[in-house]
Amino acid sequence: MNYEIVCGLEVHVEMNTKSKIFCACSTAFGGEPNTHVCPVCSGQPGALPTLNRAAVEKAARTGLALGCDIAPVTRFDRKNYFYPDLPKAYQISQLYAPICRGGGLALESGRFIRLHEIHMEEDAGKLVHDPFTETTLCDYNRCGVPLMEIVTEPDFRSGEEAADFLERLRTLLDFLGVSDCKMQEGSIRADVNVSVRPVGSEALGVRTEMKNLNSIKAVARAVRAEAERQIELLREGRAVRQETRRWDDNKGASFAMRSKENAQDYRYFPEPDLPPVVLDEAFLSQVRRSMPELPEQKRARYLAEYGLTERDAAILLRSARLCRLLEGLIGRGIPAREAANWTLGEVLRLLGEDGLEPADLEIDEEKLARALRLLAAGRIGRPAARRAVEAVYREGADPELFCREHGLFLEKVGEGDLSAAVAKVLAENADAVEKYRAGSDKVFGFLVGRCMAALRGKADPASVNRALREALKR
Amino acid sequence: MEEILCRSALEQGEALRRGEITAPELLRAHLKRIREADPEIHAFTLVDEAGALAQAEAAQRAIERGEASSPLCGVPVAIKDNICVRGMETACGSRMLEGYRPPYDAAAVERLRAAGLVLLGHTNMDEFAMGSTTETAAGGPTRNPWDAARAPGGSSGGSAAAVSARMAPLALGSDTGGSIRQPAAFCGVTGLKPTYGAVSRWGLVAYASSLDQIGPIARTAADCAAAFDLLCARDARDATSRGGTGGTLAGLTGSAAGLRIGIPDESFAEGLDEGVRARVLGAAEIFQGLGAQVERFSLPVAPYAVPAYYILACAEASSNLSRYDGVKYGHRAEGPEDIVALMRQSRMEGFGPEARRRILLGTFVLSQGYYEAYYLKALRVRSRIRQELERALTRFDLILLPAAPSVAPRLGESLSDPLQMYLSDVYTVTANLAGLPCASFPCGEEEQTGLPVGAQLLARRDEEGLLLRAVDAFQRHTDYHLHRGGMAR
Repeated sequence: MNYEIVCGLEVHVEMNTKSKIFCACSTAFGGEPNTHVCPVCSGQPGALPTLNRAAVEKAARTGLALGCDIAPVTRFDRKNYFYPDLPKAYQISQLYAPICRGGGLALESGRFIRLHEIHMEEDAGKLVHDPFTETTLCDYNRCGVPLMEIVTEPDFRSGEEAADFLERLRTLLDFLGVSDCKMQEGSIRADVNVSVRPVGSEALGVRTEMKNLNSIKAVARAVRAEAERQIELLREGRAVRQETRRWDDNKGASFAMRSKENAQDYRYFPEPDLPPVVLDEAFLSQVRRSMPELPEQKRARYLAEYGLTERDAAILLRSARLCRLLEGLIGRGIPAREAANWTLGEVLRLLGEDGLEPADLEIDEEKLARALRLLAAGRIGRPAARRAVEAVYREGADPELFCREHGLFLEKVGEGDLSAAVAKVLAENADAVEKYRAGSDKVFGFLVGRCMAALRGKADPASVNRALREALKR
Repeated sequence: MEEILCRSALEQGEALRRGEITAPELLRAHLKRIREADPEIHAFTLVDEAGALAQAEAAQRAIERGEASSPLCGVPVAIKDNICVRGMETACGSRMLEGYRPPYDAAAVERLRAAGLVLLGHTNMDEFAMGSTTETAAGGPTRNPWDAARAPGGSSGGSAAAVSARMAPLALGSDTGGSIRQPAAFCGVTGLKPTYGAVSRWGLVAYASSLDQIGPIARTAADCAAAFDLLCARDARDATSRGGTGGTLAGLTGSAAGLRIGIPDESFAEGLDEGVRARVLGAAEIFQGLGAQVERFSLPVAPYAVPAYYILACAEASSNLSRYDGVKYGHRAEGPEDIVALMRQSRMEGFGPEARRRILLGTFVLSQGYYEAYYLKALRVRSRIRQELERALTRFDLILLPAAPSVAPRLGESLSDPLQMYLSDVYTVTANLAGLPCASFPCGEEEQTGLPVGAQLLARRDEEGLLLRAVDAFQRHTDYHLHRGGMAR
């Protein structure tokens, strides 16, 4: 019998609001333990939550971009469980009236994945176990960072589809500006539900839930491995147990955490400290007005207006940060193709060298544009421009000053010096001259390089080209 | 006892402004009274002499410069032990929070400080406000100043006893199901539970969030009005706070003429002691004599209030009290083997039997399979109660009720029968379920015991002004509120 995979995702996204969802503490990542805390997020007696409207706006913006219905009235509920990383021993979440329902996202293949809902909740803190002293320390900095949980219907038929969805979702969230989208800092975390059923069957099999998926690739691997495990059980005539499992990406296998019988009863009930939130037409139209340009709209504009290639556009559209840089440079008068080349070339190379993601890029756009203008004006050559760009990226250098200090400006070389250098190079490279005259254009570049070297790189390449062509014609 | 101690809070404030006495002198008189009377009564869990003296001196300077903005500037006030005072142990009458010093002031405390009142310290209460006698307090019960063998009521028993025994002219209490009004009645003083949302709950340690409300306990309705005007304000830190109209004190005209007062049949039926009934109906007659129209009516939903209240209050409490796990602050068990044991043992040791019982009840009614049958049904009863009361309050301006079915019980009598104790909240919980303002005030003593009886008036949302005007008119024409218990003579 052949089986098919039925799989759904629960994606937790940390929203990038400046302050936490129920208090005014900073959401900044890192920070000394327990420095971004207050009576509210550390669960002091008598402290009360107040809702951060920015989190509601970001969740609504996400919902609108994913075609969801936005609830006219949304409410919060308490999810009760004991764990030291949860200072109130309940998480303020949404069960009965989440902010968004319905909607969905199309995969690369064109298949449409339906969303069940998007709800808002608060993140928990972090526990640090010290095996040497056998102590556990609590850091509540992350407590109360706003999350949205995006829950899909069980529409995926493979791990690759789930991975593709996550990649597309991540890109969309990045362009919406609602999350930092850094998986390594945990700003996007996914749990996956997997079951299998005989091909052709409409009924759903018993599902397991998999946690601890740290990367998009791990999601694809985990789904495949879990489906294989379940199919093997069924083929042996055994039953799949409804349980929560933990994925170990290094071992490529998952391990049971708790079964359905041991599942917790979270005793959800409406949060009495927060009144229902009314999302009226005025609110929605404000969210619509603040909606940024989405990837599909950008792609069309990049091709038509900027004349970029499909390939360049596709790479740029993986990162909202790169698009912002590109548009910033174009806005400062750099021609679109040139701006795209530098963004996708030198800037990506420098980020790669530092092991950074495009989202981490910090660069002074104005200084970068000035360096590129020096190149366009013929005042520096390409190698010098690359050095200047790197200096802008690394130390925020002023491009003019940097080029002056390092002697990178091209000089007006006198006609006499130019022709003397050309004559010398031609005399020393008789072989190359021979080949050129026999019709090999490739050696021309070599001869230009020799001339530039003879002039110690200070000549403007266009003049060298012209002088060399003339000399070779003779 | 010094004569000044028997004056009302407003009269003490006036004496300060007239220069009859200074704020530090007034404070010292109260501290002396506390030293004399409190070892027996045990109304206070903590008296902050040094802090209070500094505040009194500051208030005195403000008065002398003519900068006293409030009629209560320089007047001492006692604070229930579940209202956070920065740096002052706020233990909620529980071993669980022994030694806990909040890093912040409750909003109500901020407002009292800003008006120049002098914080005496914290008053005793039932553990986490769970109880009707102040006997579930971890540090032992408070005694009723009318009879040391009797309970002061609860859970704000310490605040009511302190005011009754002239150890403070004014105190803050909190009222979830009657915790201000019932002890005020048992101790022969006046208490106000404001409209839900009128006073910020920021810094009030939560028992049942949708019912809790801070309010004043004093010897007169006018004092309650002055305190309410200070306390009532919208506060961005409490999303359920709405503020109120204020101006209550200025609206005390002394007239109750033309007020329409309803008396629900169900509240004077079986279960009400005869001596209490006589006094409360006597109050109705006095209102009639003041020109009010008094009429009986039927409130059929009344008997469902107690079960609905205990389901909702315990459900919320089970969640609100979960944060006391021994991890962050408060009591932590010694030598647990792992983190689960640490939380379990700390909670077992930290909570007393009544808190444990209500946590278990609340956990049960929120559990899968019971949520619809109990919690949701109780919510429906709650909205029925609200609707019926609101409908009744279109016919009537006020509803008159007893504050409790009997006078103050003997110490030890109630704890043996918790169900009986829960049922005794029958007249007070409706105001909380409906979120309406309600005051209790003395209406004479029961004949047999000579103990005070309290009546309650319930009003429409945000009509504290009308409510206190009626009680004030009553007090201008009677002297029940000036009667003193044996330990305060």
